[in-house]
Parts: sequence; C-alpha cells; structure tokens
Amino acid sequence: MKHIKTLNTKKLQNTVKKGGCGECQTSCQSACKTSCTVGNQTCEKARA
Amino acid sequence: MIHQYQNNGYNIVLDVNSGAVHVVDALAYDVIAVMDRLQGGATSKEAVTEALADRYKAGALSETIAEVQSLVEAEELFSPDPYEQALDGLASRPVVVKALCLHIAHDCNLACRYCFAKEGEYHGERALMSFAVGKAALDFLIAHSGNRRNLEVDFFGGEPTMNFQVVKDLVAYGREQEKLCDKHFRFTLTTNGILLNEEIHDFVNREMDNVVLSIDGRKEVNDRMRPCRNGSGSYDLIVPKFQKLAESRNQERYYVRGTFTHFNTDFSKDVLHLADLGFKQISVEPVVAMPEDAYALQESDLPTLFAEYDKLAAEMAKRIHTEKAFHFFHFMIDLEGGPCAIKRLSGCGSGTEYLAVTPWGDLYPCHQFVGNPDFLMGNVQDGIKRQDLVAEFQGCNVYAKEKCRNCFAKFMCSGGCAANSYHFHGRINDAYDLGCELQRKRVECAIMLKAVENAVEQEET
Repeated sequence: MKHIKTLNTKKLQNTVKKGGCGECQTSCQSACKTSCTVGNQTCEKARA
Repeated sequence: MIHQYQNNGYNIVLDVNSGAVHVVDALAYDVIAVMDRLQGGATSKEAVTEALADRYKAGALSETIAEVQSLVEAEELFSPDPYEQALDGLASRPVVVKALCLHIAHDCNLACRYCFAKEGEYHGERALMSFAVGKAALDFLIAHSGNRRNLEVDFFGGEPTMNFQVVKDLVAYGREQEKLCDKHFRFTLTTNGILLNEEIHDFVNREMDNVVLSIDGRKEVNDRMRPCRNGSGSYDLIVPKFQKLAESRNQERYYVRGTFTHFNTDFSKDVLHLADLGFKQISVEPVVAMPEDAYALQESDLPTLFAEYDKLAAEMAKRIHTEKAFHFFHFMIDLEGGPCAIKRLSGCGSGTEYLAVTPWGDLYPCHQFVGNPDFLMGNVQDGIKRQDLVAEFQGCNVYAKEKCRNCFAKFMCSGGCAANSYHFHGRINDAYDLGCELQRKRVECAIMLKAVENAVEQEET
C-alpha cells in the first residue's frame, strides 16, 4: 500500500478460539506490582 | 472502534478490536478520521470524497479510500467486537491457581515513604514466613494448578532477603516437587538490594527467572523516598551491587524498578539516569497514593507527566538499534507475539489465578489487599474459604467495567488494577482514573516506538 503501512500481521480476533491456555506470565509477576500491564506480555505459545 | 493520534512525527491508527496498528500518511489519516466521524467506518466513497474534496486531489483520494476500504474488509480497521460473547466461556472456566506472591518477610530494612506495605508490615505485625508455611503454600499452588505447567512464585516482602534461608529452602523444595509433579516453577525475587551479597547474587543467578531491583533513579530522588531506617540514603549502597548483578545476567531477565511521585514529575531524567548507569531493563512507575499524601500524583501533574513520557519516548526512539538502547517496561508492546484475546479480556488474575500469601499463610487476592480483613480469602493449609470473593474477581474483566468499554487501551491493560480501583472507588469493577490517563499515554508512546523500530529496520535492509 502507498498510504498505509500495517505494523502487525496477526489479528487479535483470531486468538479467541485457540487462546486462553493460561500458561503465560501473570502480569503482576513481571515488574509492575502497582499497575496492570498486559499488552507487553508474551504469549507462551509464541515463545515456544 | 479506532484510535488515531500523532506522536513524534508519526500518524498512527490503532484498530482496537483487531489490535492492528497502521502508520499512515496525512491523507489516509484524514480519510480514516472522516470515516470514523461519519459512520464508524461504514462510509461510502462518495461521502468521504465530498468531505475532503477541497483539500486533496480526486485521484489521490480515490486511491487512499480504496486502501482504507481494503483494511475494513479485512477486519483490520473498524473491525467488529467479537469478544463480549466470549465472556460466558470465561465465567465458566474452572479456577486454577498459577501464581503466588509469597510475603517472605513482613519486615524491611528501608523506610520508603510511599510504601504500600507500610514499611513491610502491611497494617499488621512484623513477621517472617517459616519454611513450613512456605512449603504449604507451594503444595497449595501445585494442588490447585490443574493442568497448568508453568507456576510462578514471587518472593516478595517487605524485604525477602531478610529471610533468605527460607527463600533458599523453598526453592530447593520447589525444584524437588516440579520433577515429581511435572510442573515448572518460575521464581522471582523482588529486593531493595541492601543485603545483596555474593551468596545471594549467585543464588539469584542460578535460580531466579526474574529479579526486580528497586531503585528510583537519581541519587537525590531515590534517597528522598527510599531512606534506610537511620535516615541515610540507600543509593550508594545498592547501585554497584545492582550494576554487577545486571551485568552478570547479561542484562536480561531483571528489571531495575522505580517509583516516581509528585516530587519528581520530571521522571524521564530518572529513567535516563538508570540507563546511563548501564541498566538495559528499566521500569519506573507512577506512585499510587491517596490524594492527601504530599507525594501523591495529582490531576494537575498530568500535562507534565504526558510531556515526560513523550520526551522519554522520543529519546528512546533515537537510541533504537544503538548501544544506548534500553527497554522501558511500560513502553514494551508485543504486536506479533502478544497475549491472546482471552488474556486481554480477563484481567490480571488477582483473586483467581494469582494470590498473595502472608507470613502466617493467609491468602489474599493480591499483595495490595493484604491486611484488609474484607479480602481474607482463606489460608494455605485449609484452602480458600471465600468462594464469593473468587467469583467476584472472576467476574472482573474489561466488559464488567463501564469506564473501559470505550477506552482504546482496554486490551493493553485488561481493565487495570483491581486494587487501585478498590482503593479509589471502593469496588474492584471501577477504574483508577489517573492511572488510566497515564496508561493511555504510555500505550501511545509504545506504539510510536514500534513505528520507529519498523522504519529503522526498513532503512537497515
């Protein structure tokens, strides 16, 4: 495309059916402890 | 639902439901704005052309509208919300516990002025967790973890190194049990570094998946809020030890973690100070405090704080792919391998899959509820008694919060911190408004940095 560059290829909608395995890190265990930051977590399946 | 904004010279459009991020030129930015204003994306080509005919040539307009419409058709722009129907499945999921915050020591050798644990005591008495209680906690975790393999245990306090023998013994016990039960423990230590010595250093590197090192930034900033018990500053005691530890971990799997307050609203200087000290994994977070506290952030601080985040992001953008680059926890965002929609909907897991354990084995929904009798859920020996609390926390998700419904950042924070909501509004299904404002700003900066990263990588290839 000439006017638009899309940065990501995966669509969040597609993760509804296969998601939710729960193996990923709990957000508060990473560094925050006072805020809830989920968007920067990594999917355990993507990491494998 | 979309969110479009300009930051550091980039025109950015986030499609909230698909998570798609588009970097666009001025023409596409205007086309998308018109489509959003007119009909939430379902706008005819003619209507958009008419709205912008006085500003752009017909050929360029037509070409851009076609590009935008192809994204709409691909459900990457103005995409529908398919998630609310997934909530029924969420509510009926069996509750498993996968993470514990072990309060190894309700005691501390610092006297931080903003400490939510009230210098380690959590509104109670000073106490150290015994091995027996810690062992019962790990047994409880394994027994309630269902088929989850990865189990997380954070050694927290107060200051956990004040009870380090128990930390070591619990790690040894956990390692034994993970083999027997086909589990994998990920241990984390959160420490202020005062007692960090050779032995602890080596143990941490051997056993801890992650280590959180508490420091606020510049010496004067750190020492004002993080004094020792005798009033002297802690900066000089901890910095060399933290530098050595970070280096010995190859600058990975750790965070130096600070808190900024009303006293240092110029916190970008603290982040950059930590970067100048050589740290590559940095988290500096806004203090959460009641308005009556002198150090509490105020609504009037917001313009300054927004500008600071912008300043920090612009500086980080310049450093991308250079030796001076570093990670800032709240600007990290994983556009490709990020969490699934279910994780983003269901919140932080407090009160369900994540629990805090006091030195005497009491269970609370998270570390921030510890000491509040209304949230005492049970104990590690007898299990959870307050199933009503489990149900309440299980129902706490993005769609249960009115304030989140129309927020573009809702799938980045998954509805925010339940404890903050409770402390400011008396219920867990609200949202801590000042925190939301800052969260939205951080998401904007994080996405902008991805745009820069992409541009730099394109240049390099």
